[in-house]
Amino acid sequence: MAEEVKLLKTWSSAFGLRVVWALKLKGIPYEAIDEDLSNKSALLLQYNPVHKKIPVLVHNGNPISESLVILEYIDETWKQNPILPQDPLHRARERFWAKFNDEKLLPSAWGAFTKEGKDREEAMAATMENLKFVEEELKGKKFFSGEKIGLVDLVFGWLANLISIFEEVTGFNIVGDGYPLLSAWMQEFSELPVIKDTWPPRDKMIIKYQALYDKYHPAK
Amino acid sequence: MAEEVVLLDFRPSPFGMRSRIALAEKGIKYEYKEEDLRNKSALLLQMNPVHKKIPVLIHNGKPVCESLIQVQYIDEVWHDKAPLLPSDPYQKATARFWADYVDKKIYDLGSRVWKTKGEEQATAKKEFIETLKLMEKELGDKPYFGGESLGYVDVAFIPFYSWFYAYEKCGNFSIEAECPKLIAWAKRCMQKESVAKSLPDQQKVYDFILEMKKRFGIE
Repeated sequence: MAEEVKLLKTWSSAFGLRVVWALKLKGIPYEAIDEDLSNKSALLLQYNPVHKKIPVLVHNGNPISESLVILEYIDETWKQNPILPQDPLHRARERFWAKFNDEKLLPSAWGAFTKEGKDREEAMAATMENLKFVEEELKGKKFFSGEKIGLVDLVFGWLANLISIFEEVTGFNIVGDGYPLLSAWMQEFSELPVIKDTWPPRDKMIIKYQALYDKYHPAK
Repeated sequence: MAEEVVLLDFRPSPFGMRSRIALAEKGIKYEYKEEDLRNKSALLLQMNPVHKKIPVLIHNGKPVCESLIQVQYIDEVWHDKAPLLPSDPYQKATARFWADYVDKKIYDLGSRVWKTKGEEQATAKKEFIETLKLMEKELGDKPYFGGESLGYVDVAFIPFYSWFYAYEKCGNFSIEAECPKLIAWAKRCMQKESVAKSLPDQQKVYDFILEMKKRFGIE
């Protein structure tokens, strides 16, 4: 039966982008549908009635929601270029760091971007501490998953693009010299054929994040 | 090589209960170590330096952190007995989705029910019941979320049943009145030794919550 794969995402979402990378890595053809989240399509509401969020992968009419669930599904369905290792302990470690990104690192970074005053200071301190754990995890490795990229690289991938955008918009130096392994990884990751040229248009991103920043930090 | 399995845990923790159930389902002998969360052991801090939380599963000296990650690990290592995740990728994805939903909703909403009062509590109760009703809908006519036998979603969700009495007393409402099918499912799970032995008594959990309320100055 002909495979039919659709991906509901947005032009800028890092969560959607990690699924794009997984599909590209495995050479899976798919139809991309970019949603306007201020005007969600009937299709999105039908495919993800619980959360009404993107990304949603639709495989032969069957919808799968939540990016980490989608990534594991893709890995189990299309076996070429695996993104998770076979060994259960290594798989557990990859899942741990993926969860860490989504539940700790991303929220702390977002807090540092959006909050003010003391809340901002706390969020920045948390972000720095979280990045230290990430830096530590790269010791002795080219990529988080070893010689080749895997799940954790795809999940941390947003750092390679959004950090420089945050830095340009806020004027703060976030990664700087304090994280040499992370800086090197960001460079290596961005240059991979699968990743290169997949970033959302930078000028559009700057406009988007500048607008968000202004919204959270209104001029007094 | 003899398998050495240790679980660093805290009896009332619904997250710890998940790993207890999974280990029991697979018939794995392990050493249970109760942590004093106000005085965390050196072992806990060494094995989970990032979060410093329980449960931590230590298998032949190597730690696995995060309860659902532990359940998947247990299922993958001891794959010959009582499989918790289905083998079909789409069914597996569905199970992962609902376990994730439990993680995102139940604990936080339940916490708001016992920690807050008045308007805030009323909102928390309403959202909590809505969440339970959605789980009830997902269960449908199946005996378990896993189908004919206990599965991943059942293991993820049933620990919260031990907290229901505490939620009801604090929130002054009846979960069974709103979600009878869910309670029927919970009682069915409790018939299993793996579940019954892993969950603390509901009264004990309520006593623990009262202790917490006193300690944090919540009426």
